[in-house]
Amino acid sequence: MGMTMTQKILAAHAGLDKVEAGQFIEAKLDMVLANDITGPVSIKEFEKMGGKKVFHKDKIALVPDHFTPNKDIKSAEQCKCLREFACDQEVTNYFEVGEMGIEHALLPEKGLVVAGDAVIGADSHTCTYGALGAFSTGVGSTDLAAGMATGEAWFKVPPAIKFNLIGKPSKWVSGKDIILHIIGKIGVDGARYKSMEFVGDGIKNLTMDDRFTIANMAIEAGAKNGIFPVDELTIEYIKDHSSRDYKVYEADEDALYDEEYTIDLSALRPTVSFPHLPENTKTIDEVGEVEIDQVVIGSCTNGRIDDLRAAAEVLKGQKVKKGIRVIIVPATQKIYLQALEEGLIKTFIEAGAVVSTPTCGPCMGGHMGILAEGERCVSTTNRNFVGRMGHVKSEIYLASPAVAAASAIAGKIYNPENI
Amino acid sequence: MKAKGRVFKYGDNVDTDVIIPARYLSSGDPEELKKHCMEDIDKEFVKKVKPGDIMVAQKNFGCGSSREHAPVAIRASGISCVIAESFARIFYRNSFNIGFPIIESPEASKGIEDGDEVEVDFESGEIKNITKGETYKAQPYPEFIQKIIEKGGLVNYIQAKM
Repeated sequence: MGMTMTQKILAAHAGLDKVEAGQFIEAKLDMVLANDITGPVSIKEFEKMGGKKVFHKDKIALVPDHFTPNKDIKSAEQCKCLREFACDQEVTNYFEVGEMGIEHALLPEKGLVVAGDAVIGADSHTCTYGALGAFSTGVGSTDLAAGMATGEAWFKVPPAIKFNLIGKPSKWVSGKDIILHIIGKIGVDGARYKSMEFVGDGIKNLTMDDRFTIANMAIEAGAKNGIFPVDELTIEYIKDHSSRDYKVYEADEDALYDEEYTIDLSALRPTVSFPHLPENTKTIDEVGEVEIDQVVIGSCTNGRIDDLRAAAEVLKGQKVKKGIRVIIVPATQKIYLQALEEGLIKTFIEAGAVVSTPTCGPCMGGHMGILAEGERCVSTTNRNFVGRMGHVKSEIYLASPAVAAASAIAGKIYNPENI
Repeated sequence: MKAKGRVFKYGDNVDTDVIIPARYLSSGDPEELKKHCMEDIDKEFVKKVKPGDIMVAQKNFGCGSSREHAPVAIRASGISCVIAESFARIFYRNSFNIGFPIIESPEASKGIEDGDEVEVDFESGEIKNITKGETYKAQPYPEFIQKIIEKGGLVNYIQAKM
């Protein structure tokens, strides 16, 4: 019996010829990531373990992105803790405000993750790097501390679900619509503990940014990781961003999958997740009249250049409906600058949106766009749990950047095809 | 080791945002976090919980973010153990890593109701519902997880390795 792509990467990092689902292993890590929320807790645990020096100063990334630029005194203290640790330990990949971005957009952009890597991050959306053909997964702060100290982590080798993507999506169907559709199909625990392995001819029709968005939300189906095969586009991306050696792993022909799904991308419609679970999906044709108060376009899910281009294409020459707040957050400084050079920022401002410096801020109700009681937000973020973005009686509708932009103009959830 | 207490029962997909909302994550201090535990799903929880009480839920408990603050807040509130039909994977490993016992038991999750008096024997894996006079079986821990439990968490496990 063969191995899945994920199992092959894990076996190689555990120094084993073969692993099987359910087996416990200890694997070597290529990158260990923490942010301003999880980092300070990790640092405390690192010290408790008796950690003196991090295992490798180039293989740790510390990114203050959640409550930054520091939203209050406590957040400032947490960032200070991260900064001082990075300085003491001479961590190469510490990114200060001004050079930082949302971690899962930043690491691939800086070339810190390449195909074949094994990565842990104390942030659940660490699974994003599966788009590059890497194994990456979210862990807690204690795991992260152990990773910083030893360069290893324990894993239970996951079984997998195969998603065979075929066909070409229509103009306003993006990576976000594809992953929301899949989560709607299998549920928020449909891939619990498992790998989501995406394969098929349809992948060639997806940009790298689409793939990052899809892998990013694997956790919303409960998955341990989401992963794409490495193709020419992946290699081009890696070569453009990194000088590191990469390694291509492929699933064996006889690899075992718990389940297999075929998704015809050409049949998908723009998709929206209704409160309060990402699995509560409806196509844009089924949403009915849902008036809104706010739109957020950004996050580790949808704050990349393709996302901003799609939003700008919809908003170009249009006006945000009076009374609607539109907050656009480019995910990194580089994306921000690129958006500026391409004239996207001008389009946003002329339409009546605000543009923020990179931050996770509004996505988890940190700052920069908190909702009041009864308010509704169309958001390109990843979770619509109760209270996630503010008041417990506020509502979040997850959608693509194009649907979010169209909704900003209409003042209700709206189909970009009709703008 | 045993745990005994009154049950706080919740449903499916209890996420880490309701266990400890992100607006309180500007502190990692358990004493601070426990004041807001379960706040967005059950405002009465922190007022009512007593040391030793037990939390029971249905499927996919702890889904969402990787914040270790979630099991830390539950433990600091006085809860001695969480029993669920199933756990989200990051919450599952975080709990063992910090040395906080959690138990998977679909039958206990189904049989136990809010307010029941329950006793858990971690060695035998037996869960007694004193109120209803029922007994349920816990899923046994995998051997590797048992090693971490025996050490009292990942910090000690790593210390022993280093």
